[in-house]
Amino acid sequence: MTTPAIKAEYAIKVRDLRKSYGKKTVLDGVDLTVPAGTVFALLGPNGAGKTTIVHILSTLVSADGGTAEVDGFDVKKDADRVRSSIGLTGQFAAVDGILNGEENLMLMARLRHLTGPQARERVAALLEQFELTEAARKPLATYSGGMKRRLDLAMTLVATPRIIFLDEPTTGLDPRSRHTMWEIIRDLVANGTTIFLTTQYLDEADELADSVAVLDNGKIVAEGTPDELKRLVPGGHIRLRFADAAGLTKAAGLLKDSSADDDALTLEVPSDGGVRSLRSVLDRLDSAQLEVDDLSIHTPDLDDVFFALTGHSEKGTQE
Amino acid sequence: MTTLSSVSPMDVSSGSHVVGDAITMLRRNLLHIVRYPGLSLFTILGPVIILLLTVFVFGGTLGAGLPGVDAAQGRDAYLAYVMPGILLITIAGTVSGVAITVAMDMTEGITARFRTMAISRASVLAGHVIGNTVQAIIAVALLLAVGLLVGFRPTAGPLEWLGAAGLIVLISFALSWIGVAMGMQSKSVETASNLPLILTVLPLLGSGFVPTASMPEWLQGFAANQPFTPFIEAIRGLLLGTELGANLWLAIGWAVVIGIGGYVWSMVLYNRKSVTAKV
Repeated sequence: MTTPAIKAEYAIKVRDLRKSYGKKTVLDGVDLTVPAGTVFALLGPNGAGKTTIVHILSTLVSADGGTAEVDGFDVKKDADRVRSSIGLTGQFAAVDGILNGEENLMLMARLRHLTGPQARERVAALLEQFELTEAARKPLATYSGGMKRRLDLAMTLVATPRIIFLDEPTTGLDPRSRHTMWEIIRDLVANGTTIFLTTQYLDEADELADSVAVLDNGKIVAEGTPDELKRLVPGGHIRLRFADAAGLTKAAGLLKDSSADDDALTLEVPSDGGVRSLRSVLDRLDSAQLEVDDLSIHTPDLDDVFFALTGHSEKGTQE
Repeated sequence: MTTLSSVSPMDVSSGSHVVGDAITMLRRNLLHIVRYPGLSLFTILGPVIILLLTVFVFGGTLGAGLPGVDAAQGRDAYLAYVMPGILLITIAGTVSGVAITVAMDMTEGITARFRTMAISRASVLAGHVIGNTVQAIIAVALLLAVGLLVGFRPTAGPLEWLGAAGLIVLISFALSWIGVAMGMQSKSVETASNLPLILTVLPLLGSGFVPTASMPEWLQGFAANQPFTPFIEAIRGLLLGTELGANLWLAIGWAVVIGIGGYVWSMVLYNRKSVTAKV
């Protein structure tokens, strides 16, 4: 038996993972570690290999090379043990479209071998939690996208898996449903679940993740906390808008390293976004008696990081 | 979300749950049939129409051509002759149904979910197979009832009926595995509905509708050695008391071989195929 005596410190550990489909290399040596009880976000453009990693870790697809451990078990040798530790909510709804919501959950409860009363209690609790009680016996065709996604996740949670894979959990959802989903994810983490999340929304990773990795062309090109990644990229600045060209020219002469846009009458001054640098800029403008029409502060977000790392914007590469 | 922690992850030894999981999957498939009975009705009503057509339209002439039959008794004689063949067509017809169901299921995300769960893979497929076998039995019973209504008079005693019933269940079960494999093999639902048509043609190319002796020699060779001829002859022998010979054992042997072949084919495909559906 390969059962470890203690619970794995890392929920997920991936070393040199490789996968090709025909001549196309999808994963070209991926290394990842996800500590137990944290949220990990995998970012990358479509076709980067995010879903392939999720499929390998959830035992749907086998890798060509490298090793992957989930909850301390090898995904290849101990697939059944991995399966009993995980839950997957994919980017396509993994629900039975012919059954209603309650029947879908009951199906999962039976496959998780809950007893009759246990199953009914669990299903009722999940319907309540995910605000599906009212729609429980209505056909799935009448469910909205957000409701289907909630049902999908509820089905994953019937057996409280230790590690949950969420493959683009909010793609295609309206903003309200997205926030509901985020709340649910935060609650799960608060209960000690490890979340492995893929997303094409950088703000989602920023919002939820303890650590982020950026996948591009089958390789991890950056890894760290959202803040660490943001620090990789310069680009924080203060933008000032002036009423006329004269003011702009004068200010440009006053502030070093600034770049002026003559058409928009704006001036960009490099800044770390802190109060000190902002005050020094305003003080100097004040002493020159220059009036500023408008002021805004820009800190780099993950979108800037993504662009800097992969050379192409996430949003621009969608199929 | 405090209630989420009320159930701990199951201690899974997937071997011990094969039967339970198969029953769960069977319930799911039967529920599908209840919700959307269209496909099932079609696979059952089709053979009823074939039966009525062959007996009332072609039966008089075809029956008169059977060896040793008085022309005046043609229709009744043909009804008796054709019934086992129609029963086999009925069973083969339900195979299309299960192939379509499986093909549709494979494009659904739910199948991917099943594959990430610690449930026996054989159970998922067995649920389809048993569900279809149940359908086939219902269809055969209905066909027999219609046959009895229009004058089919089997000579079988209780033992022979039991034997025929057992054989029909065995054949349905074996062919259902082929249906599951065909459904899994198909890239589209359309292919899944067409592929099993081969099975529906086989009773026609055996002794189902006319004695094989009346066929050209090259076809006789095929007809005598394909599985549906012993299937039909065995059921005919049991229900109507015709010469059984080795047909019963041949039929059982073929069914076992087809069943095992279909099972292996299905399992290989199920393990290999990843669900590629994307929305």
